[in-house]
Amino acid sequence: MLLLNDSPVPAAATKMPEKVLLLGSGALKIGEAGEFDYSGSQALKALKEEGIFTILINPNIATVQTSEGVADKIYFLPVTPFFVEKVIRKERPDAILLAFGGQTALNCGVALYQSGVLEKYNVRVLGTPVQAIIDTEDRELFVRKLDEIQVKTIKSQAVETMEDARRAAAGLGYPVIIRAAYALGGLGSGFCDNEQELDALAEKAFAFSPQVLIEKSLKGWKEIEYEVVRDRFDNCITVCNMENFDPLGIHTGESIVVAPSQTLTNNEYHKLRELAIRIVRHIGIVGECNVQYAFDPDSEDYRVIEVNARLSRSSALASKATGYPLAFVAAKLGLGYGLFDLKNSVTKVTSAFFEPALDYVVCKIPRWDLGKFRGVDRELGSSMKSVGEVMAIGRTFEEALQKGIRMIEQGMHGFVGNRELEIPDIDKALREPTDKRIFVISKAMRAGYSLDQIHDLTKIDRWFLQRLMHIVHTMQALEQQAAGTPDMDAAGIDPELIRTAKRQGFSDFQIARALGFERFTTPEEATRIIRQWRKEHGITPVVKQIDTLAAEYPAQTNYLYLTYSGSADDVHYTGDRKSIIVLGSGAYRIGSSVEFDWCGVQALSTIRREGYRSVMINYNPETVSTDYDMCDRLYFEELTFERVMDIIELENPHGVIVSTGGQIPNNLALRMAGCHVNILGTSAASIDNAEDRDKFSAMLDRIGVDQPEWSALTNMDDVNAFIRKVGFPVLVRPSYVLSGAAMNVCSNQEELERFLQLAANVSKKHPVVISQFIENAKEVEMDAVAQHGEIIAYAISEHIEYAGVHSGDATIQFPPQKLYVETVRRIKRISRQIARELDISGPFNIQYLARENDIKVIECNLRASRSFPFVSKVLKINLIDLATKVMLGLPVEKPHKSLFDLDYVGVKASQFSFNRLQKADPVLGVDMASTGEVGCIGDDSAAAILTAMLSVGHRIPKRNILLSTGAAKHKADMLGAARLLARKGYKLFATGGTSRFLTDNGVENTLVYWPNESGQPQALDMLHRKEIDMVVNIPKDLTSGELSNGYKIRRAAIDLNIPLITNARLASAFINAFCTIDMEQIAIKSWDEYK
Amino acid sequence: MMQQNNPASLRLENGAIFQGKSFGYERSVAGEVVFNTAMTGYPESLTDPSYSGQILVLTYPLIGNYGVPIDQIKNDISMFYESEKIHVRGVIISDYSFEYSHWNAAKSLSDWLKEQKIAGMYGVDTREITRILREQGSMNGCLQMEAEAPIPFDDPNAANQVDVVSCKEIIRYGNGSKKVLLVDCGVKHNILRCLLKRDVTILRVPWNYDFSTLQYDGLFISNGPGNPDFCEETVAHIRAAMNGDKPIFGICMGNQLLGKAGGAKIYKLKYGHRGHNQPVRMLNSNRCFITSQNHGFAVDDKTLGKDWKPLFVNMNDGTNEGIRHKTKPFFSAQFHPEASSGPTDTEFLFDTFVKLMY
Repeated sequence: MLLLNDSPVPAAATKMPEKVLLLGSGALKIGEAGEFDYSGSQALKALKEEGIFTILINPNIATVQTSEGVADKIYFLPVTPFFVEKVIRKERPDAILLAFGGQTALNCGVALYQSGVLEKYNVRVLGTPVQAIIDTEDRELFVRKLDEIQVKTIKSQAVETMEDARRAAAGLGYPVIIRAAYALGGLGSGFCDNEQELDALAEKAFAFSPQVLIEKSLKGWKEIEYEVVRDRFDNCITVCNMENFDPLGIHTGESIVVAPSQTLTNNEYHKLRELAIRIVRHIGIVGECNVQYAFDPDSEDYRVIEVNARLSRSSALASKATGYPLAFVAAKLGLGYGLFDLKNSVTKVTSAFFEPALDYVVCKIPRWDLGKFRGVDRELGSSMKSVGEVMAIGRTFEEALQKGIRMIEQGMHGFVGNRELEIPDIDKALREPTDKRIFVISKAMRAGYSLDQIHDLTKIDRWFLQRLMHIVHTMQALEQQAAGTPDMDAAGIDPELIRTAKRQGFSDFQIARALGFERFTTPEEATRIIRQWRKEHGITPVVKQIDTLAAEYPAQTNYLYLTYSGSADDVHYTGDRKSIIVLGSGAYRIGSSVEFDWCGVQALSTIRREGYRSVMINYNPETVSTDYDMCDRLYFEELTFERVMDIIELENPHGVIVSTGGQIPNNLALRMAGCHVNILGTSAASIDNAEDRDKFSAMLDRIGVDQPEWSALTNMDDVNAFIRKVGFPVLVRPSYVLSGAAMNVCSNQEELERFLQLAANVSKKHPVVISQFIENAKEVEMDAVAQHGEIIAYAISEHIEYAGVHSGDATIQFPPQKLYVETVRRIKRISRQIARELDISGPFNIQYLARENDIKVIECNLRASRSFPFVSKVLKINLIDLATKVMLGLPVEKPHKSLFDLDYVGVKASQFSFNRLQKADPVLGVDMASTGEVGCIGDDSAAAILTAMLSVGHRIPKRNILLSTGAAKHKADMLGAARLLARKGYKLFATGGTSRFLTDNGVENTLVYWPNESGQPQALDMLHRKEIDMVVNIPKDLTSGELSNGYKIRRAAIDLNIPLITNARLASAFINAFCTIDMEQIAIKSWDEYK
Repeated sequence: MMQQNNPASLRLENGAIFQGKSFGYERSVAGEVVFNTAMTGYPESLTDPSYSGQILVLTYPLIGNYGVPIDQIKNDISMFYESEKIHVRGVIISDYSFEYSHWNAAKSLSDWLKEQKIAGMYGVDTREITRILREQGSMNGCLQMEAEAPIPFDDPNAANQVDVVSCKEIIRYGNGSKKVLLVDCGVKHNILRCLLKRDVTILRVPWNYDFSTLQYDGLFISNGPGNPDFCEETVAHIRAAMNGDKPIFGICMGNQLLGKAGGAKIYKLKYGHRGHNQPVRMLNSNRCFITSQNHGFAVDDKTLGKDWKPLFVNMNDGTNEGIRHKTKPFFSAQFHPEASSGPTDTEFLFDTFVKLMY
């Protein structure tokens, strides 16, 4: 009889590879961020377990995966076919992993496959075959592939007559979108609900183009994703599904996302699940993949949007949301294992072939930093602009959402209880979502909009809106209580209402504000009263585990969150005081990203090694520090004072480390110390002395250290008086709280007044800080570790750009190459003085200005800085390990090596994501704009600069270079580089002043015209015709004409993907590098080969 | 909308008490407390006859989101449910969604419970209840309305639950080319749907009906609630059928009854398998499946007769998930290939069964 298991097919044995190359994703950029550090690290761990020799190519030096011991060999080189081939030639790996480094690694891998390099060197691709990857990447192949199994995709039909247009629309079913083919910027496109509208719009579209594309409109459809895993035996699981809060049309990276789906019935859930499995089998994925659907909210109709045949941001989120280590498992499957061979890494006893059952809901919220960019388009749409994300866990949607809103750290306290936003047209703001979307909904609800109105304008499923409305109602109920409370007497408050509020994720502050306590006292005191009152009433959170099986099996999991929907803790606390809590760095944002994750992870591993219980609090799903393998206990929780104190009260830790997670933990230090929390290392008072401008200045004066003159000013008269004293230019720092506007340098009165107006009014409560701005000064960084005020180890590095470019955007070389010995000596001396004065025990960073040998202190942070991983890895002394030992009170020895012993140079270069930020002006200034960085090592400065610049997306130009080099000083700075280019045979094109200057100095060039000039050739046209290979555009000043002319050139360069440099010193350094070094001669050396 | 709901509590045999609020019909009930880890499918679960006598704790905390579909019977089969009515005695959840949103919803879960006179409670720590059941095993409990006098515990496994839910007379479905005789121990309607999709006629008979005189091409033994030891009559009928060579397919209770007929012993699991994520492996193969499960008893496959062997094994705890005859076309699954609710990976078993009849 035929039955099921009568004739099993024996699986073909696969040979375990011995040497595997893994491609990383390079610098963090919008759309490709820390999630790939996490997935790559997991994959490397999976390989290491098998005893496989691993090679990693990733220029992102701040990542955990490029730390010692994660891979056997690390190359800080660009992830491009050119360099990867060189590494393959040298290392001869027998296999390669392409799925763990985002689109960068995937594209590079496909290119290597197509050019025959992989075959030539006999490198096997592990996991999903390259052809399957190509089938998912190529739109046409993809649609055809899914047609083969009758799975619906989004298709457009090209038509050339009105009649065909009508027929196509009728066939697709209204509403439809019509688009004029070959028309830029969406000219002639729009939605049609019926044939009349189609007639009108199609006629217009045909006016633009002979061909019109008709597509079914899926406006308002739900967006649902599934994470699918398949092994080579054809076993499939879906680890998680996720539902976008926002309907289709907003990129999933821009949307609030919940897991699991909340509005799908069982039938819908499993219909999409079954389809996902069918697709993944048909394409032939081995490992992990993501399937995205558009799903009709009014039927069970669906379309497949896309399939990502690799680990993705969503898979990182799914891993954190479920506790299922997707990347780890995918790597094992790539080696030939079956899912049945692997264990669930949380329970350790059950199988990895299972689908996690969640007993909580997670909510992902994007973090935008659009305020940092001049001119950027704030509307959310089909391309991603967010720079980071948070994941909040709760047992109600309200709880998860309100936690998440606090986690994004943009001054909001939750869905309600925030400073009122000014929204002139709520309808419009609901219809056209921006980064403020969730707060617009809050405002609309409080302004009396009905659920249906909001649903009609946003198409957000009513269920989500209903839950949000709950929060508003609870807020109103609290406010009603306030009316009956003449003072801060909490006695009359209904505990049941507070309990409800806490279950809905209200913070103590939100409650205090709703009850009107702010009328009587400070926010901190009001919050304290609520906290004390609720504890007296037994209203405290409980700790729950994430165990992948909804408590069905006992799990020794250390992956935890807190909730108010519960009556018992999953964890038994023994009060042994062996815990050391490390506070994480929160959402990646401009100014704080993977480098602090590295710091946190290093601290955890030292703590573990020294026999303490390492405890991490963090909530960023893109990180390695939120991998529960990295510590003994992980609280996936808020880094608010309230939540950190909740955890401290449970853990009773030996101490807390606040200095490895950037600014967020640092800001909590003083308040925690006030509650008798043991802050390890440098005291909270010292941290405050460094953070508080007045205190810090007074200290510098006292010890005789110089600093640029500054003043906090509250009115225009004082501003003017101060400027009369110090002179222009000045650095202006408006109160962030009020305007959210960036800092800026103003070089004249007109600029100053324009900027201050832009940045909101100066007032007593929100003074503007103005500092003297010193031009043409070098910026120097001191990263160091001290113990009881004595420096144990340090690294001095030098910016290539002059001061005025934010240190996070600057290109930094270490060890410094062009500093006077005397400058270095003075910097060391001042650093020692400051360390002693502040009695520093732990990591710290001081930024200096140096002109001639005149040294001024700009800033001092008593915590690890952005450059710690870079200098630690170049110097090969782990400064965080050292600092952690200091903070644990362990004896440490001064390292025997110093930066003066290094025979090589490290260069850290910044990655910008302007191409994702439509309309933003890609200029650099005193406020940070970069989203990531790389660090490359070379035998000399030029080699390191070249690989670093290539790693952040620059290319060595082929022939034509457009120069407009700004002010006279910059023109002069650039002259040498221009000469070099001309000598190397490059053809130079230059705008008016630059052209004249070059000609006067005997450099051959062709004059081109600005957009506001008439004459040929026009610079913009040349860019559009792709006749320019590189643009150097140095903005002269902030005058509006200059801004608009230069802006058009800069923006066009970005939009047309032409490398752009806007700083004269960096441009010179890069030009010098590629003119003096041949690409072919760049040494292919791994990290350990630099000795 | 701040809902004012009456206090209720869950009292377990071990003395634990959980205070919550009622959102269903206001009447205290007693039964066996079990948990299910599925994240979707409450309308299907509540109408699954295998839950007869039980108070169901849902570990997924957000319940009621998409309301409940209309209750419509077409050709003797419910359109959206797994039977004609709710079979659980009570339902316990963490966070109830008073409002719902779905195009196919006709009413809220709360209204449906009230209409069907089924108790419901929300606002309790369902994870903690689950932990207790996991550690101490399934136990009896009372879902007690505070306004009512305390009621005693009641062990549903002491009664024949199959008899409670089985049909009382023969029902005929469809007009397909092969005839399936379906022994109804509490059959889920999706089993009927899955069979009818495959061109068969179903003759649904009560659990203790002697079908030896009836003509059929294949015998199907359905899922059902409670302790299989009450179904000795059915086992005897199956044994008689096993003398022939007509295909036999059993699901859940059907697996246990076929196992008993094949000589195996049945035992009660500590807390059963209830959820959508249970992994099973087909023995002698590399094929694994995610299955939907709902059972408290299991076949001890070491005690199977010499003509039998295990067909599926649970990859988490190694318990039996299906058996087969070594030579004859008899097989069964402890899990639910018909899903509903749950994953649909193993629906092919119906194909296997139907193919065997040709």
